[in-house]
Amino acid sequence: MSFLSLIWAGLFRRKTRTVLTLFSIIVAFLLFGLLRSIADAFTVGVDVAGVDRLIVQPKYSIIDPLPISHASQIVHAPGVAMVTHADWFGGFYQERKNFFPKYPVNPREWFAVYPEFRIDPAQLDAFERTRTGTVVPAALAAKYGWHVGDKIPIEADIYPKKDGTRLWEFDLVGTYDTPSGDSSQNGSVFLFNYDYFDEARQFGQGQVGWFVVRVADPSKAAEVARSIDKLFENSPNETRTATEAEFARQFANQIGNIGLMMGGILGAVFFTIILLTGNTMAQTFRERVPELAVLKTLGFSDALVSLLVLGEAVLLCAVGGAIGLGIAALLAPGVAHGIKDILPGFEIVWQTVVLGLAIAVLLGLVVGAVPALTARRLRIVDALRER
Amino acid sequence: MFGQIREITWMNLRNLPSRLGSSSVIVVGIAGVVAVLVSILAMAVGFRAALESTGVPNRAIVLRGGSGGELSGGMDRESVNIVSQMEGVVAASGELYTIADVPKRRSGTPANLVVRGVEQNAFVVRPEVKIVEGRTFEPGKGEVIAGRRAAEEFAGIDLGATVRFRDSDWKIVGIFEANGDVNESEVWGDVKVVQAAFRRGGGVSTMRLTVDDPSVIGRIAERMAKDPRLDLQIRTEQEFYGEQSKRLSSIITGFGYLVGVIMAFGAIFAALNTMYSAVSSRTVEIATLRAIGFGGTPVVVSVMIEALLLALLGGVLGAVLSRLIFNGLTVSTLNNASFSQVAFDFAVTPQLMTQGLTWAVMLGFIGGLFPALRAARLPITIALRGE
Repeated sequence: MSFLSLIWAGLFRRKTRTVLTLFSIIVAFLLFGLLRSIADAFTVGVDVAGVDRLIVQPKYSIIDPLPISHASQIVHAPGVAMVTHADWFGGFYQERKNFFPKYPVNPREWFAVYPEFRIDPAQLDAFERTRTGTVVPAALAAKYGWHVGDKIPIEADIYPKKDGTRLWEFDLVGTYDTPSGDSSQNGSVFLFNYDYFDEARQFGQGQVGWFVVRVADPSKAAEVARSIDKLFENSPNETRTATEAEFARQFANQIGNIGLMMGGILGAVFFTIILLTGNTMAQTFRERVPELAVLKTLGFSDALVSLLVLGEAVLLCAVGGAIGLGIAALLAPGVAHGIKDILPGFEIVWQTVVLGLAIAVLLGLVVGAVPALTARRLRIVDALRER
Repeated sequence: MFGQIREITWMNLRNLPSRLGSSSVIVVGIAGVVAVLVSILAMAVGFRAALESTGVPNRAIVLRGGSGGELSGGMDRESVNIVSQMEGVVAASGELYTIADVPKRRSGTPANLVVRGVEQNAFVVRPEVKIVEGRTFEPGKGEVIAGRRAAEEFAGIDLGATVRFRDSDWKIVGIFEANGDVNESEVWGDVKVVQAAFRRGGGVSTMRLTVDDPSVIGRIAERMAKDPRLDLQIRTEQEFYGEQSKRLSSIITGFGYLVGVIMAFGAIFAALNTMYSAVSSRTVEIATLRAIGFGGTPVVVSVMIEALLLALLGGVLGAVLSRLIFNGLTVSTLNNASFSQVAFDFAVTPQLMTQGLTWAVMLGFIGGLFPALRAARLPITIALRGE
């Protein structure tokens, strides 16, 4: 009988217990996978955010406007390769709960600054040409059943039109693709022409919400940010520039200690489950002392017997961990979708999976260490007498 | 039969101490589930309470037509005057709602603090607002008063300190309380000074009205709809804040149940494991009882009672822990509906604790049922032989 099948036989000595223990390990690592990713979304910020992009926002609050004329100064700042602008339109489609972000943008500039969003060049041309045109992520079009050529009515809550009406009608001229796994807010935006927006809105002409800057050399991003802010220092419209990742992190931090709190509670939970599982497994091994003695009697070496015990623990934990993390990965897209308005950037990255597996193996080693050592030191006579 | 049940149960419970290690698995596991479930739900309940306690039945909020919240509101002085002279209005207060980025004490990153420009009537409309330290601001001066919770959550919001919002410096001359409601997370200053500093001309964002009877609100709404000069909507404060709290509190609740259910599975597996091994370690004992004439039902019931008692103990432990640690704890988060930080207290209510205990009993029932059935079904002769 090979070593592995012996481990296997040991595991299935008490099927119910092994299966139940396995299930609790699965649950623990399922929670680990989800919670770790939530914590990541808070601390690391949006992973897909570009390192070579800066966000220039008003110094005192994102709700203040900036004059579009800032762009002509920003573009001449040293190290700036490209600049474009966006604004928060608010509003909703049909019902208030049908919410997705909507930005008035300059079509060509936007897709140049965000090259990861891919659009058919012909559709981009059409977007530029059509005053009331809009392009949306393919997923958004699919969700609401929109097709190119459709008219999409958007009810405004911040920006009425010049005539006081609030219904804006846009013509869908194309869709764009976002990189898979992108759950950032920028990847779900309904885009339309700034020129049309600026001309038709009742107030706020010549103003934008923020600028997006691409820097020539990402390693100099911090310097570029400082020099942009310096341009507008002591002007009526001061700015605060940060990398896109920092900006995303600051925003996620606004959810604040509620997120930390959840992380704390849930971390405690994970360790509780691990503790319980470890306890059960250690108990199982204690019951098996006489069996191990029999193996030794049959001529198994001390090392081999202790390896056997350790092997069982590690195998059980690793299998449980892998299944748990696998289920977490299966659930992740659903969770990401459910919380993307509150906490964009939720995804299970491979680092989490690797860390989880490492913890699972470590757990197996810790849980198995004492029984393995006991098994090694076991004197056959004593062990057999206990029976 | 009840005599038998009592005998066996008593016997089981008496030798519980010898199975302390494995029994504690049930207690700790279920305590974990209950503590986490109750704590997360307490967050949702507390958030809802903070928002909903802000609303009073005879108080209404007036917003620009189509706008979803105070931030996207906006109306001119004329509209305010027309509405405040309508029949049934006792007092009216036009208010400017703006946001400033101020770092939070805990994270150090900027978050959205509400700066509300108010006139004297704001205090008439909201009698619950009371200055507890310092004094109120002087009209026309760059002075503000800060809500108790804003002072606790935001760095530099201290009595006597000076903060910079937008174009000017502001001295914090007082701290106010308002029964822990949303207003306590805000900073208030004279509306005229705030308008100038935030460059808002003479407009305000919203109006608060008190009316002599809640039924008046419907009539005011009709009059607003008929008046061509007005593009406004009116809602009771309770309705307004109820809507604002709905989304976040239902997300937190959903999250609580999701984590609770996943953990409950873990706890059930742990409980099953424990009870199965409790039954198997007593195989001979149970078989002996059966052999001398005890029925199957008392055996089942006794195992169930043991599981339920352990589960209940875990439930009480979890609920009490949650109450001791979290009840009254203040956290603050970004309320997407108002785009501002709202501080609130965890509310571990008796209802939530009862709900936690109900879960504990259910988990104990499931965890005990199958092992109990196995105990009753043990073939007596085989069991007596000892394996």
